[in-house]
Amino acid sequence: MTALTLENVSKSFGKVEVLKDIDLTVEDGEFIVFVGPSGCGKSTLLRVIAGLEEATSGEVSIDGEKVNGIPPARRGIAMVFQSYALYPHLTVQDNMALGLKQDGAPKARVAEQVAKAARMLDLEPYLKRRPAELSGGQRQRVAIGRAIVRDPKLFLFDEPLSNLDAALRMNTRVEIAALHRTLKASMIYVTHDQIEAMTLADRIVVLRDGRIEQVGAPMDLYNDPANRFVAGFLGAPSMNFFERLPGTRAGEVLGVRPEYLRPEQGGRLRGTVTHVERLGGDTNLLVASDAGEGFAVRLFGQDPTRVGDDVAFDFDDARALRFDALGRRMR
Amino acid sequence: MKRLTPALMHLALLTYTVVALFPVFVILINSFKARKAIFREPLALPDADSFSLVGYQTVAMQGDFLLYFQNSMIVTVASLTFILLFGAMAAFALSEYRFRGNTLMGLYLALGIMIPIRIGTVAILEMMVKTGLVNTLWALILVYTAQGLPLAVFILSEFMKGVSDDLKNAGRIDGLSEYAIFFRLVLPLVRPALATVAVFNMIPIWNDLWFPLILAPAEEVKTLTLGSQVFIGQFVTDWNAVLSALSMAILPVMVLYVVFSRQLIRGITSGAVK
Repeated sequence: MTALTLENVSKSFGKVEVLKDIDLTVEDGEFIVFVGPSGCGKSTLLRVIAGLEEATSGEVSIDGEKVNGIPPARRGIAMVFQSYALYPHLTVQDNMALGLKQDGAPKARVAEQVAKAARMLDLEPYLKRRPAELSGGQRQRVAIGRAIVRDPKLFLFDEPLSNLDAALRMNTRVEIAALHRTLKASMIYVTHDQIEAMTLADRIVVLRDGRIEQVGAPMDLYNDPANRFVAGFLGAPSMNFFERLPGTRAGEVLGVRPEYLRPEQGGRLRGTVTHVERLGGDTNLLVASDAGEGFAVRLFGQDPTRVGDDVAFDFDDARALRFDALGRRMR
Repeated sequence: MKRLTPALMHLALLTYTVVALFPVFVILINSFKARKAIFREPLALPDADSFSLVGYQTVAMQGDFLLYFQNSMIVTVASLTFILLFGAMAAFALSEYRFRGNTLMGLYLALGIMIPIRIGTVAILEMMVKTGLVNTLWALILVYTAQGLPLAVFILSEFMKGVSDDLKNAGRIDGLSEYAIFFRLVLPLVRPALATVAVFNMIPIWNDLWFPLILAPAEEVKTLTLGSQVFIGQFVTDWNAVLSALSMAILPVMVLYVVFSRQLIRGITSGAVK
């Protein structure tokens, strides 16, 4: 059973084409992450799926049913927003219950669903409070609770962690992953944060300028990107690209991830260290190469290298990816 | 310097308050004085000698002031209700939905701010005569609603643009109708703006003499301001009665003001999306 199918979905605002011919199939129980730079259309795509925007052309099907023209409330979806979007005048309990009540569900079922969601998210002590009396993390849990209560066929998350601080973001990320395992529900998650994408997704959809660049499991995208954009977008520090290495043909670009560079006397990459980031577990070096191409190196563990040191690195050719002048992968 | 600035600010505010309240104060003290005392020493407080309730007695005897009060109240409250309701609805449509002519419509509605409604008095009177609304409270309510709408739409649509889209979308996903989103989510969040619009509109409506005089001068639909005019004659003016009537006219409008400004403060301090 497929949870969601998109066929040739396009969306324009006036003359601006925001989404161009999107095709995608999401299987039941899959966790899909849309990722891409800001303005790539990922949020718009999510809103088209939710029914908050109508697709200009193309077909959207949820759970095998065509939903074009059907209002959001009857699409069997639930959405978690970046700004939480809790109803400020309702208690936590009423916030979570509203959707089911509007659906005309019997009182007993509403109460049962709310109690279940509250238990799952540790919200039981706060049921009588209003959103203004909760912390950011608690509010985000209420927003997630509001989605769970409706027992949707498809969960939609719109950058749900962007408003949380770093520590809370990590905790909530783990909670969302756990939630996905417990509920076994289909989820679509929009983010610009590649760590969230890599850690949560079954499959990542990389978008750029309204087009899907590549779809695949996180490690497949990391190890085997289809083009230079995907290669550069995933991974931090991002992949190094070299055009002027000995042995590269004109127009060809060689991509090597920072962790695949190893110090080697007389290696192909020589230069001067311009910046050092010591993270404890890793040390990142920024190097200005003698050939005029800057690159980043990720060394595991702690390293004594200092700014201004002359260094030399090399890599296994098997680790290098080749791209043509248009950024396409050459295999 | 840092200590001086708030002090100066307060001084300026206090001066303004005194200047603004002075006429009210003069009206109040003189309404409790005998006629001779009003003219002899207009700024003196009423004492045992000059104290007199004659003005209030005249007001109570002459004409039906309770009815005038009631008329003013009905007109003001009904007009405000319509201004807020229709103004907010128009503002919501303009700020929330994309449709052809949205900007033009907004401009058209805002145009009314710049054109004084009194220019159209003759046409309005003709219209009211033809529709048989002359000498009804409806005539006043309709005119005041029209007069208040442009500013209401202008202020409210700006505020409504500030209401989080996510919140409205969350409502849509939860199955709230557009009306429910408007009444249950958006209106409570723009309550401070509603109170502002109400206060701005209330006082001119309550104090207006022009339209009651032209559109509804009959005894049974007279408003308070118009009713007080009976004491102002071409040659003799019964100042006791005028001042007493004006003093009493301040009360209801003050009550309304307190109600709205409460809303204003509560709206500012509560709520918020994040």
